[in-house]
Amino acid sequence: MGRRRWLVAILFLAPALFVLGALVVYPALDTVRLSFYDRLGREFVGLANYREMFGLDRMRTAIRNSFIWVAVFPMCVTTIGLVLAVLSEKVKWRSAFRVILFMPAAIAVLSSGIIWRFMYDASPDTGLINAFLNIPAAVFSPEGSYPGAAASYDGLTQAAPGEAVSQMVDVGSDGAVALLGLLRLTDAQLPESAVEAVQPEAGGPGVLTGVVWRDTAPGDNVRGIVDPTERGIPDIPVDIIDSGGVTVTEVVSGRDGSFQVSGLDPGKYTVEIPSSTFRESWRGITWLGKDLITMSAIVAGIWIWAGFALLVIASGLASLPRDVLEAARVDGAGDWQVFRRVTVPLLKPVLTVVFVALTINALKMFDLIIGIAPGSVQVDANVIALEMWRSAFTGGGNRGLGAAIAVFLLLLILPVLVFNIRRFRLEQN
Amino acid sequence: MSPDLNVVAAAPTTPIGRLAAWLRRGAVQTILIVVALFWLIPGIGLLITSFRPLEAVAGSGWWTTVASPGDLTVQNYANLVGDQTLIEAVINTFFIAVPSTVIPILLAAAAGYALAWIEFRGRDAVFLLVVAMLVVPLQMALIPAFKLFRSMGLGGLSSVWLFHTAFGLPFAIFLMRNYYAGLPSSLMETARIDGANEWKIFLRIVLPLGFPAIASLAIFQFTWTWNDLLVALIFAGDRAPLMVWISQRLGQFGSGIDVITAGVFISALVPLAIFFAFQKYFEVGLLGGAVK
Repeated sequence: MGRRRWLVAILFLAPALFVLGALVVYPALDTVRLSFYDRLGREFVGLANYREMFGLDRMRTAIRNSFIWVAVFPMCVTTIGLVLAVLSEKVKWRSAFRVILFMPAAIAVLSSGIIWRFMYDASPDTGLINAFLNIPAAVFSPEGSYPGAAASYDGLTQAAPGEAVSQMVDVGSDGAVALLGLLRLTDAQLPESAVEAVQPEAGGPGVLTGVVWRDTAPGDNVRGIVDPTERGIPDIPVDIIDSGGVTVTEVVSGRDGSFQVSGLDPGKYTVEIPSSTFRESWRGITWLGKDLITMSAIVAGIWIWAGFALLVIASGLASLPRDVLEAARVDGAGDWQVFRRVTVPLLKPVLTVVFVALTINALKMFDLIIGIAPGSVQVDANVIALEMWRSAFTGGGNRGLGAAIAVFLLLLILPVLVFNIRRFRLEQN
Repeated sequence: MSPDLNVVAAAPTTPIGRLAAWLRRGAVQTILIVVALFWLIPGIGLLITSFRPLEAVAGSGWWTTVASPGDLTVQNYANLVGDQTLIEAVINTFFIAVPSTVIPILLAAAAGYALAWIEFRGRDAVFLLVVAMLVVPLQMALIPAFKLFRSMGLGGLSSVWLFHTAFGLPFAIFLMRNYYAGLPSSLMETARIDGANEWKIFLRIVLPLGFPAIASLAIFQFTWTWNDLLVALIFAGDRAPLMVWISQRLGQFGSGIDVITAGVFISALVPLAIFFAFQKYFEVGLLGGAVK
């Protein structure tokens, strides 16, 4: 009987065990062997592949990024899942809420990556996140009328592009002349009303005369002097600031760009076009640039997997003994205390399972990076599983190196494997 | 604990207490609405983008369409309908996902029965081996499997089926075995006393009763293989499915935005339909999948 039963069991198990043996166990062992062989799997090279692996820049980036993933992603997703599971218990539309959060898990990870590539677009015109961040900037510091225009000659001061343009003048017995020449603006930017500028002349005691003009004309011209055919820039606000830093008065340039102030006390003044005229619109954060790409990808990862954590934790929550929670509440514990001292400790096994599953996910991250990182940033977004594929199957195809990376990945996951086996041993006993 | 006490504790009677409770509920509602919007908007954004002409996509955000909905067009989709490579990719995806779902489930249903209801020496060891394989990254098998398939002359679809079967099996066996183990043992015992052999018990009793587990597993595995990129990239060869098709066009991101956005939505239609139609089974499979 015992032997017959054994035979029957084998018949039921044989197909599955054969496939597992041929396509999981044997290949896994062969991968370990290949990791000590050369790129074609022919010559034994000892630890050379492992040395090469830790020496490659690409791989170093991948290891660093994978560690960031493991450090940030499981913790964030588990926490968000827990908080949302508890909060959504309190509303009537909880199942609708959970469906919405779970939807990203149904579609391909590659597609989610592409969806977020659009969200992260650097231009505030086309990327929603930057457009959203641009709202305060657009309200409080809008683009100037001549963004990016710059001082035209050395006698003027401008700290940086987009900053104020100013000139120091000394108002004496002859008065003073301010020549505010500007570059880097096109003829088309000037309004129709603009007419040719005239070199201003000193206006006598206490008088400041000046001009704001486009200091460039076709052909011969000298910077810092109003040449024929150069046009004035109308409607530019000009501040007159005394040596104490106090703004004495403000004027606005006329159709030929000229302005005049009289009745000034003798002394030094700063004539300044404030930065608001030159301010450029906000260019947006390059979320998908090489510095931020891993963080941006992790946020997309949270978007994909939070629904999974929410669902598992919510089902764990539903199976908690109600009377314990209610007893705590009757004893006068507030929401926060019940959450900290009762709910979280009771949920610990479920939270552990979720956390472990997410850690493995973080280590095996692959399609998300391909989907979200632009071609030029793929190197900076690299992770271990992606580098394994790159090394082994693209370009030349280095089997030894690819195998070494796979073994490295397995070693990182090994603690989880041991943990799982222990857990099921305990359950069975 | 008497129920009356709970009611008293849950519903504050003073006006201030009621106001505080009302405000707190309002805050929770608001937070959850904001979170739900954050989860919906990216997908909606890409959906709208897929209906916008290429010139519009380059110059302005999809949200500006709200002001001028007349700009929307089905041109991107119309272009794809005539694209032979996409039609082939859709067909390939079906031809990959269906067998890659059916084969492992058949094998796992049989293996799960043996592990749950036939007592034999070494049963626990086999099950622990399966548990261990749950987390083995498939990267560990890619290179030798690739060599193996090539030496056997297997390529395209059949190699993808076999690989998906192998790496779908541990979870499938795990889920089936646990589900079967929960069935009442009296069923099996009565049948055995009545003289039914194991094969009959499996076919007539266990397999039909295990339907919910099989359904969950089927939905889980089908969605997984439908959405897979890595295995297809390596093994599918010229039978490239949708994900490979999309990833190839990502290389020309910028020039091919119209094609990519529409392709993403075409590829998402089937998994989303399954998700909404079989939500319960989907969740069961996922809860089981927490161990993976």
